[in-house]
Amino acid sequence: MAVETLGSSTRPKVAPWNDPVVRGWIFQIVVVGLVGLLAWFLVSNTLDNLARQKIASGYDYLHHEAGFQIGDTMIPYSPADTYARAILVGMLNTLKVSVLGIVLCTILGTLIGIGRLSPNWLLAKICEWYVECFRNVPLLLWLFLFYKIISESFPGPRQAISVLGTLFLSNRGLYFPVPVPNPIHAWMGLALLVGVAAAVAVKRWARKRQDATGLPFPAIRTGIALVIGLPLVVWLLGGAPHEMSWPVVKGFNFQGGSVIQPEFTALLFGLVVYTSAFVAEIVRSGILAINRGQGEAAAALGLSRGQSMRLVLLPQALRVIIPPMTSQYLSITKNSSLAIAIGYPDLVAAVNVTINQTGQAIENVLIIMAAYLTVSLGISAFMNWYNKRIALRER
Amino acid sequence: MAGTAWAGKDLDTVKARGQLVCGVMEGTAGFALANSQGKWEGLDVDVCRAVAAALFGDSEKVKYVPLSSQQRFTALQSGEVDMLSNNTTWTLTRDTALGLDFGAVTYYDGQGFLVNKKLGVKSAKELNGATVCVAPGTTTELNLADYFRANKMTFKPVVIEKVNEVRAAFFAGRCDVYTNDTSSLYATRAANPPPPLTPDDFVVLPEIISKEPLAPAFRHGDNQFGDIIRWSQYAMVEAEEDGITSKNVDEMLKSNNPTIKRLLGVTPGMGKALGVDEKWAYNIIKQVGNYGESFERNIGSGSPLKIKRGLNALWKDGGLQYAMPIR
Repeated sequence: MAVETLGSSTRPKVAPWNDPVVRGWIFQIVVVGLVGLLAWFLVSNTLDNLARQKIASGYDYLHHEAGFQIGDTMIPYSPADTYARAILVGMLNTLKVSVLGIVLCTILGTLIGIGRLSPNWLLAKICEWYVECFRNVPLLLWLFLFYKIISESFPGPRQAISVLGTLFLSNRGLYFPVPVPNPIHAWMGLALLVGVAAAVAVKRWARKRQDATGLPFPAIRTGIALVIGLPLVVWLLGGAPHEMSWPVVKGFNFQGGSVIQPEFTALLFGLVVYTSAFVAEIVRSGILAINRGQGEAAAALGLSRGQSMRLVLLPQALRVIIPPMTSQYLSITKNSSLAIAIGYPDLVAAVNVTINQTGQAIENVLIIMAAYLTVSLGISAFMNWYNKRIALRER
Repeated sequence: MAGTAWAGKDLDTVKARGQLVCGVMEGTAGFALANSQGKWEGLDVDVCRAVAAALFGDSEKVKYVPLSSQQRFTALQSGEVDMLSNNTTWTLTRDTALGLDFGAVTYYDGQGFLVNKKLGVKSAKELNGATVCVAPGTTTELNLADYFRANKMTFKPVVIEKVNEVRAAFFAGRCDVYTNDTSSLYATRAANPPPPLTPDDFVVLPEIISKEPLAPAFRHGDNQFGDIIRWSQYAMVEAEEDGITSKNVDEMLKSNNPTIKRLLGVTPGMGKALGVDEKWAYNIIKQVGNYGESFERNIGSGSPLKIKRGLNALWKDGGLQYAMPIR
């Protein structure tokens, strides 16, 4: 209360145009007004030009039949479906390659980053070269290179490279057998979820027990056994159905089985090797940021190198690593839009075709922007939450 | 304030600039391709040159902007180019919803399929289950889906933005079939196979699955500019009908044929009506040639493509090329 009276009473009386508060407000209003005016000008000018050119506007076209085929889809799609569904197919493809890319580049990048700090000279040098090579060449060139290698160096489907008669590698992609759908698969999926939950529970319990009694428990091995074992048990109980759909050359191409297409492989591979080079540097800097004494103390306690990395160094390094990692996750998602250069049907590809068929560039570009904005903000929000969770808690 | 993006009509802008900005294909032999001296050549390029000759009396006053099938309409709509002459099919949607207008048809095309002879395919009806390479954002992509749907066949598309990359994927065997307008398939076959492949390793299947009338496109709204584009093409066709070539055009100035006199501006009036120089058609024929000359030089017997006149013969020879009367 005292502060408030003090503030208001000591404020000198000045003319409004000399009052910094009033002036501040005036400038803010002028700036906002100018920005608003500019936005209005751009929007009205665009609408006017579109009307003059008789270009239709609005989002009605989303319900029209798309009419084009998409080569790689996660959900059923045919040319008779709508533009909206075609764009959704593209969106799911973008998410698929982004999520896999994020997981793989994290694993690979962490290994390379740790490798660079290895006392083994050869390993450290190899990791260093990896980083320098992949980081310093534009991603687009890597994509072209990988795509050319896959499409030009592998034989056609009839001459496919066969691995034990099970996997078939050709310029149509990697074909592999998949189980024929069976009701038991749903139960196995459920068992997998239960296994994961159980593994998490075991990990928690083991930690509590170690805190209380000091006795360690092989929680990781038990967890892996649970995750793999439970679905396996369900499968055996279900009579172990093992009917498989095998890829067989029929007509132009393999029929049956499942396939990882060259465009997808080239894109994922390119994104992972490129981004993992950056991740490696982030991980290395994170580990180097930790006080030397931490590693020495861990060694003095008798922890192995692996244990000290996993239990002492990495958890502390994460605080340095997470913020720049978020940027890398965002870039991998956004960079996946380069897919169009090598023919992977991602979001941008689907929307670009839509633009061409409907002529409604502005609406469609807004859709792409909104989609990437949503995904990127989602990743950011998750990483910020995680960052807060692992932040150093001062007691 | 709205609408200031366009100072005036397209034609005024072009005239004031003194140069025509023409959107062409990014490298298709016979239609638009820069030669070893960096000079653009081809049937589509000749359309741009004819319009420039009509406008400025100089067929060289063109700036060529190579565009992919994806970029072209946006480039035209946004004013980056004045017109498109890049194998664009005249369709209802493009004529209406896309806000475009079309000139006269410069090439009557149809979509076909190119396959490696080794596959032993004789007809498009045998293509069930094939992997098909196609450029995105084209009528081709839609016709392809329609054709396979209509014939109850399935296919897997490989869609790559750059036409060169699509072709590379096809030659590498990533796809069994390459589909495009037949003219483009001939161009691909003639110019592109990497050794040891030769043009003879590939065959264009007999089925033509669509009508693809290729015409220059311009923005809806400037009728005078449209007239000039349309009649530049007609002038080339009319010249062929009348036997006027780039070689004999000067002698033809002395002709007594009233049609020729009107066309070449000996009898004035046509140029004034179009709003260009009376010598407009003379300049086109002198500098670019008549339609037949352009056809033979770029894609016909005088070129590696060796495309027959077919539908693109003059109407009096049983084809579809028909110039509206210049009077």
